[in-house]
Amino acid sequence: MAEPVAEDSPHIVIENLRFRRGRKVVFEDLSMRIPRGQVTTVMGPSGSGKTTLLRLIGGQLRPDGGRIWVDGQEVARLSTRRLYALRKRMGMLFQSGALLTDLSVFENVAFPLREHTDLPEDVLRTLVLLKLEAVGLRSARDLDPASLSGGMARRVALARAIALDPDLIMYDEPFTGLDPITMGQIVTLIRRTNQSLGLTSVLVSHDVTEAMAISDHVVLIADGRAVDAGAPDDLRARASDWSAQFLEGRPDGPVPFHYPGDGYREDLLGVRERRDD
Amino acid sequence: MIDAIASLGRSSLNALVVFGRAFLFLLQVLASLDIVIRRFGLTVVQIYSVGVRSLLIIIVSGLFVGMVLGYQGYITLVNFGAAEALGGVVALSLVRELGPVVTALLFAGRAGSALTAELGLMKTTEQLSAMEMMAVNPYRRIFAPRFVAGFLSMPLLAAIFSAVGVMGGYIVGVGMLGVDSGAYFSQMQSVTDWNEDVLSGVIKSIVFGFVVTWIAVFQGFNAMPTSEGISRATTQTVVVSSLAILGLDFILTGLMFGAG
Amino acid sequence: MKVRFFELAVGVFVLLGVAALFYLAVQVSNVTDYHDRDTYTVTAYFDNIGGLKTRAPVTVSGVRIGRVSEIRYDPEQFRAEVKLAIRSEHDYLPMDTQAAIHTAGLLGEQYIALEPGGDYDTLQDGDEVMFTQSALVLENLIGRFLTNMGSD
Repeated sequence: MAEPVAEDSPHIVIENLRFRRGRKVVFEDLSMRIPRGQVTTVMGPSGSGKTTLLRLIGGQLRPDGGRIWVDGQEVARLSTRRLYALRKRMGMLFQSGALLTDLSVFENVAFPLREHTDLPEDVLRTLVLLKLEAVGLRSARDLDPASLSGGMARRVALARAIALDPDLIMYDEPFTGLDPITMGQIVTLIRRTNQSLGLTSVLVSHDVTEAMAISDHVVLIADGRAVDAGAPDDLRARASDWSAQFLEGRPDGPVPFHYPGDGYREDLLGVRERRDD
Repeated sequence: MIDAIASLGRSSLNALVVFGRAFLFLLQVLASLDIVIRRFGLTVVQIYSVGVRSLLIIIVSGLFVGMVLGYQGYITLVNFGAAEALGGVVALSLVRELGPVVTALLFAGRAGSALTAELGLMKTTEQLSAMEMMAVNPYRRIFAPRFVAGFLSMPLLAAIFSAVGVMGGYIVGVGMLGVDSGAYFSQMQSVTDWNEDVLSGVIKSIVFGFVVTWIAVFQGFNAMPTSEGISRATTQTVVVSSLAILGLDFILTGLMFGAG
Repeated sequence: MKVRFFELAVGVFVLLGVAALFYLAVQVSNVTDYHDRDTYTVTAYFDNIGGLKTRAPVTVSGVRIGRVSEIRYDPEQFRAEVKLAIRSEHDYLPMDTQAAIHTAGLLGEQYIALEPGGDYDTLQDGDEVMFTQSALVLENLIGRFLTNMGSD
């Protein structure tokens, strides 16, 4: 087991994380602390590696440099068995829901319980119904995942993620592609889950309004680094150039509109020159 | 010219990399096989979707292949006044070659492509990833049972194919063309040997089952997580499996019947 | 309930497969020959065995009583040595039984036909068949026929 961790120590500590995919550098020198028992949102522009960060925390990817500790254990150094033990205490909500398509809603939520416990069928049923009730989908238990809307699929996935009563739950873009009502439901659910179960929630998102409303703590990342971190109100108040551009959604600023490359003029001329060959 | 050589080099290297990945994948699957014994129910469900659902196509094809063999064999043999030898011709062609090979080709098309598509879809929709994050090892929960199911189903399917084919040959040869019923079976029994013919056919079908399932499961696992990726992987499964079956058949036939 | 259905279907499938293998064993191939382990072996020497192969049937009056278990060339006698495995219940063959290599049909495979003689002693395990008749080789026949034609 992990050595006892103090109640107020950060749940996740990331130090000098480096990660590249092929030649593209995703994280250059990323450091952050994610406090225990709170809702933390990691925000950044599309393509800034937010999903990658969650996979690194979950140990599905290995960093090229730097360290990640979860609950005092360094993720990349754990043996497979230890890593799986750690993952049992983590829930992860994928953007698509990632429900198992050959199982019903009920069986999807029951899946982690069946895999990791030997509960008698009636206890298991009670537990699953409890989790489904928490996301308001107890009556949808016999449906097929294919017949669920995006928001419903995400709620089922949430029920599944909390099935093993984890102490950390990670949400990958939980607000993307939802209508306002469903969005409201998901926001409430995340907040309520965090409060009632007392767990640490980590969100990655680029939906500024919802994320700012829901979070206790926000980390902004760009260019592979954490550029700003703090409580939502503080961030808004002291907004640096970059944060301001991101939080208010201006098209141009420190983050250029154009993908970096040769000048427009040279590019056009270059094309013509090559044609002459 | 140099470009052509370079691109040849590049594609050979790529092929080598893919093969290496496939081999490592296989090792991981083999290391996870204990789950098959511990939770046999998982494998049963897969035998259903891989084996039972291929039964119809195997039986129908076996019947027709046997009937055509009966017809063609009769037409050829009757010229030599040896129509009585029909049973032997039908049985030997089925048991040694057509049973294992045609079954494996149909199996690649029916079950292999379905396996690849299913796994590719699971990968694309992040189901495999989600499983890993739920501390469930997909090699054990997903790949190993499918692998064993394919591997076990193939020899059974091939045996069914051959048996049905022998009956198809009987229907045409004895029923329609008037070969003597007793001669059909006695000729068959005198030329077909259990060890040399039937068992070599069974060994062939086990090898084909192993290879086709390996290719199918790996292609699904290795598919690009997009819809084109899945369709390309599915096509690849059928193409690569078919080539592997025919190539291996040549090698195995050489090993089994060549030296003797 | 659903699991039960899968198990049932798979059970039927496995049964079908095993039945097919059994059918191939019993009806299609000559696996039954391997069951009669209970055989005795006699040796016969032939000048020419033609296309005889191991596992070829050994018959008496057309009834199959055993098979050829081994064929090799004996360098001392300059003849082919053929071992016949005969089922033990056929223990009535006289010592002076004759063995001939026959052909089933024009292109059929070759087999050994035994022609019992009149001796009171019977062939035992390890005995030798004294009288043998080689296979008919078509080329020799034609050759002889042509020579006869010429000498007329």
